[in-house]
Amino acid sequence: MKSRTADIHLVSSHREVYEPCDDSFALVDALLADQTNLINHNPKLCMEIGSGSGYVITSLILLLKESLPNVHYLATDTNPIAARVTNETLQAHGVSAEVVCTDIASCLEERLSGLVDVMVMNPPYVPTPEYEVGVEGIASAWAGGENGRSVIDRVLPVVDRLLSERGWFYLVTLTSNYPSEICLVMRERGYASRIVVQRSTEEENLIVLKFWRDEDEESVVKETASVSFLTQFSRSLSSFVEKQWR
Amino acid sequence: MRLIVHNMLTCNIKGVINKFPLRIEAEKVIKKEVDFNPDFLRHMLAKIEWKALVDGARSMGYTELPDHAPDTERVESDESFLKKFHHALLELHLEEGSLVCQETGRKFPVDKGVPNMVLREDEV
Repeated sequence: MKSRTADIHLVSSHREVYEPCDDSFALVDALLADQTNLINHNPKLCMEIGSGSGYVITSLILLLKESLPNVHYLATDTNPIAARVTNETLQAHGVSAEVVCTDIASCLEERLSGLVDVMVMNPPYVPTPEYEVGVEGIASAWAGGENGRSVIDRVLPVVDRLLSERGWFYLVTLTSNYPSEICLVMRERGYASRIVVQRSTEEENLIVLKFWRDEDEESVVKETASVSFLTQFSRSLSSFVEKQWR
Repeated sequence: MRLIVHNMLTCNIKGVINKFPLRIEAEKVIKKEVDFNPDFLRHMLAKIEWKALVDGARSMGYTELPDHAPDTERVESDESFLKKFHHALLELHLEEGSLVCQETGRKFPVDKGVPNMVLREDEV
């Protein structure tokens, strides 16, 4: 049976590149949960900012390619070693994406404006001192400055610029990042949002958010339809069970 | 790096006006076949900067592209054109080489197919 996500044994690694962890898995689980919606949405161009090991972009390709074989994919990372590792992971899985080593999407923003249909990001979200943000090497994968929002806040306007009218954006956050505030910022830019995955690990409370444009009526209908009573009930139930267990 | 991406890349060095396109200096080019998808090609044609594509393809050793893309109505029926467009846009890979800013001469290396566009502190 073909795997819908990247095989952890085929994911390339390097000491300076962030290895897939709970946050990576949460993002891929969010994409899996939304797989049918994604396929029906029929994106032409999907992009990941900060691809690291390549685990997420590879998984995205794998879960779309059977139904949508002609999608184009783009991945960026500011760490040249990560960009190389992403390429190795893609190749190990027999899939391909354009990989560019750049800060967020700095050299692509102008020409790619309004063209990205699906954007995914697992940003450096850990609250750290500001001076740790953007330091060369693996720390740039997690150092997020005050409230872990330094990079996230820089990315949001870029994402807004790159997303097409039907664009969707999936973002991994911690509760420490004040995700409701992030949703407010995006709301002001004309985006609706919902929580796709919520996960509490020993160390982190992860929330994977999904954003889509308010004026995109098609998405609005799909999003409100998919948050059915049953989904809401099962989410409340699993969150209740988690709390009891902890 | 394929020409579809090269056609989207700009030089973001502070103060640079002539930021697109980047000139290609090719050291190693490989060809990988990709499924021909005319719908995608027609969709892309409007977004592609044609001269940058022609020059880029030439730098990578492919000279079959016409100097101008045919009119949109003619593109529908011109399969020979679409095949050349397809080959140039999607099947030529720059594995090793550089992308050169036309204004500053700054070279952005392409290593194992990945262009490194990260700017130095003084360039931001």
